[in-house]
Amino acid sequence: MEVFLVTLLNGLVYGMLLFMLASGLTLIFSMMGVLNFAHASIYMIGAYLAYELSRHLDFWAALVIAPILCGLIGAAIEMYGLRKVHRNGHLAELLFTFGLAFIIEKAVQMIWGLVAVPYRVPSALDFSLFTIYGTTFPAYRAFMLLISALMFVAIWLLLTRTRIGLIIQAALVHPDMVGALGHNVPRVFTIVFAGGSALAGLAGVIGGNYLVTEPAMAFTMGPIVFVVVVFGGLGSLEGCFIASLIIGLVQTFAVVLDVSLADLLARLGIVVTATTPFAEILTVRLPRVGALLPFVLLVLILLFKPRGLLGTRDT
Amino acid sequence: MMWRALTLFVAIFIAAPGLTARAADTIKVAYTDPLSGPFAEVGDQNLKQMQYIIDYINARGGALGKKFELVSFDNKSQPSEALIALKTVVDQNIPIIMQCSGSNIAAALIDAVEKNNIRNPDSRVVYVNCGAVATELTNEKCSFWHFRFDANAAQKAEILVRALPEDVKKVYMLNQDYLFGQSLQRDVKTYLAKLRSDVQVVGDELIPLGKIKDFSPYVTKIKAAGAQALITGNWGPDMSLLIKAGMDAGLDITYYTLYAHLGGGPTAIGPRGGGKVFVVQPFNENISVETGNKDLEQWTSDFRKTHDFDFYAAGFRTIFEFIQAGFNKAGSTDPTKFAEALEGLKLTDMLGREVTMRRDDHQFIGEYFVGIFSKDVKYDSEKTGLGWKTVKTVEGNEIAQPTTCQMKRPSS
Repeated sequence: MEVFLVTLLNGLVYGMLLFMLASGLTLIFSMMGVLNFAHASIYMIGAYLAYELSRHLDFWAALVIAPILCGLIGAAIEMYGLRKVHRNGHLAELLFTFGLAFIIEKAVQMIWGLVAVPYRVPSALDFSLFTIYGTTFPAYRAFMLLISALMFVAIWLLLTRTRIGLIIQAALVHPDMVGALGHNVPRVFTIVFAGGSALAGLAGVIGGNYLVTEPAMAFTMGPIVFVVVVFGGLGSLEGCFIASLIIGLVQTFAVVLDVSLADLLARLGIVVTATTPFAEILTVRLPRVGALLPFVLLVLILLFKPRGLLGTRDT
Repeated sequence: MMWRALTLFVAIFIAAPGLTARAADTIKVAYTDPLSGPFAEVGDQNLKQMQYIIDYINARGGALGKKFELVSFDNKSQPSEALIALKTVVDQNIPIIMQCSGSNIAAALIDAVEKNNIRNPDSRVVYVNCGAVATELTNEKCSFWHFRFDANAAQKAEILVRALPEDVKKVYMLNQDYLFGQSLQRDVKTYLAKLRSDVQVVGDELIPLGKIKDFSPYVTKIKAAGAQALITGNWGPDMSLLIKAGMDAGLDITYYTLYAHLGGGPTAIGPRGGGKVFVVQPFNENISVETGNKDLEQWTSDFRKTHDFDFYAAGFRTIFEFIQAGFNKAGSTDPTKFAEALEGLKLTDMLGREVTMRRDDHQFIGEYFVGIFSKDVKYDSEKTGLGWKTVKTVEGNEIAQPTTCQMKRPSS
């Protein structure tokens, strides 16, 4: 029971961090059809900016300033980069963001070095909030849950209660129609791209000191975020939320569920010994392949429900 | 006209590396380790410590009247990158390639060096292994051209098991899922069965190398299994993040590690870890205080004046003293003569003990120490206020384990 509860909490924290990253990407992907490879790079920039800002100012200043800076960077990328590349089609946009991801990685390596930087949890939040069955739950994780929950509520309110939100919602599903109705779709695109980048930056601020802030963090988080977006489905923020939680929980529970396919077969009465065909695959324990599971889920969803869990349209 | 100029340009480009190697008055030593990626800190700090040591060796004459020069190559933790580095090393006629971090890379290098030295007898290379400790490398996979200057996993496993207190009955094992981690996993279980059959292994985990950033699920498992001690060979971020997660969660166990003393480890352990973390190490900066060795203490504390991390690899000085002695004994930088001079060589190390490069398997036999993270030390680690205090000294002959190596020596 204790293992279940602790793992549930940890899985939720990780899932909400994924959601913060993936929500921006879902919005951008759904609206503009651009698979933004540089999204995780902006997450990385957010973490590094937060490190610098918390060194010269403090963490709370970083929490506000870094996402704003990332939003501005995102707006710049969209206005001066993507908009020009857009006329050459989706593939060109994809390659542009792919190249951008590499450039950002190298720039980060040149500015901050190849080694991880000591971006730490602020001392104000570095205590244990409560003890559950003898394991302490750090306050910073509760803070992460709080910020991501607030962020989810804020996005939901923005999308459903404001005019710009309604336009964005419409453009999510029927971008051409929205343009035909006379709305300034390019400006909406820029706003969405900037907003998505700001979200990624915020994820970097609170995730960078929870995980490790190093130049490889973009390429480590990037693939999982894509899995979440595809799994959740295009055009659906709720799908993205559910997918992030599912994948966060799956990856976390996979570590504590010490079972293998052989155990499952044993329940059905089939005994796997060393000489059984595929014995090596059948006896692999789940924790050892835990990192693979999101990608297995990706393959499964593409096979059985290509639109994703709650996807409303294809690209 | 343009084609001739182009050909001349290309010819100079190709010949230039060869020219510099032959005309140089330094002996180049190549070093490859991860200098980017999750293990970048390990490679980077090794490089800086080696440079400090080489300055010391050069101040004492270097070898054959020449100074040593360190040439580094980033292998990004990939065997393929290490082999590309090896190709450059061979092309530049550099006699030695050193590598410390990653037994998978070491295995690839042993293979590649063996093949190169058979096919190109005029461009041979000697592989000096400064830290890849999978036991197989000096047993089933042993090679004449490979010299291992660190106790192997089986030796370290024996030291770890012997260091377990009598009242510890339940241990949890967690290692990295690659050649070294699997080697240590196997060896620890062997020595537990042999020396401490009263101990129960309540968990046996293999984690993907350098990928896990959040160890809290593993900490949950360790707690649920009721372990009293955690035995782990994790190094780099896998070590510091694991211990950080354990300390954050208030996990009540003792840690028996091989690499908690590397960069980032002491910071991750923090002040709460006093008396809880043990490490098997070839050296720590407090040993010179404990043994009253003033010159050594001066040398290691001077390192701290110009570097912001511990001089935990000061023991590499023994490796470079062997290299220096090997070249001087061989009388030339010819890799074959150097290797023949190096095997079987006995030296007195900086702590005054006799240490050997064993001829049978090219395994270093020397003393090791078990340190505990403690407040009661003169030199603390990474400004935490605590440092490594020696609780046990293991002499070289106590861990001179037998080998299954059938070494093939070159006929020339």
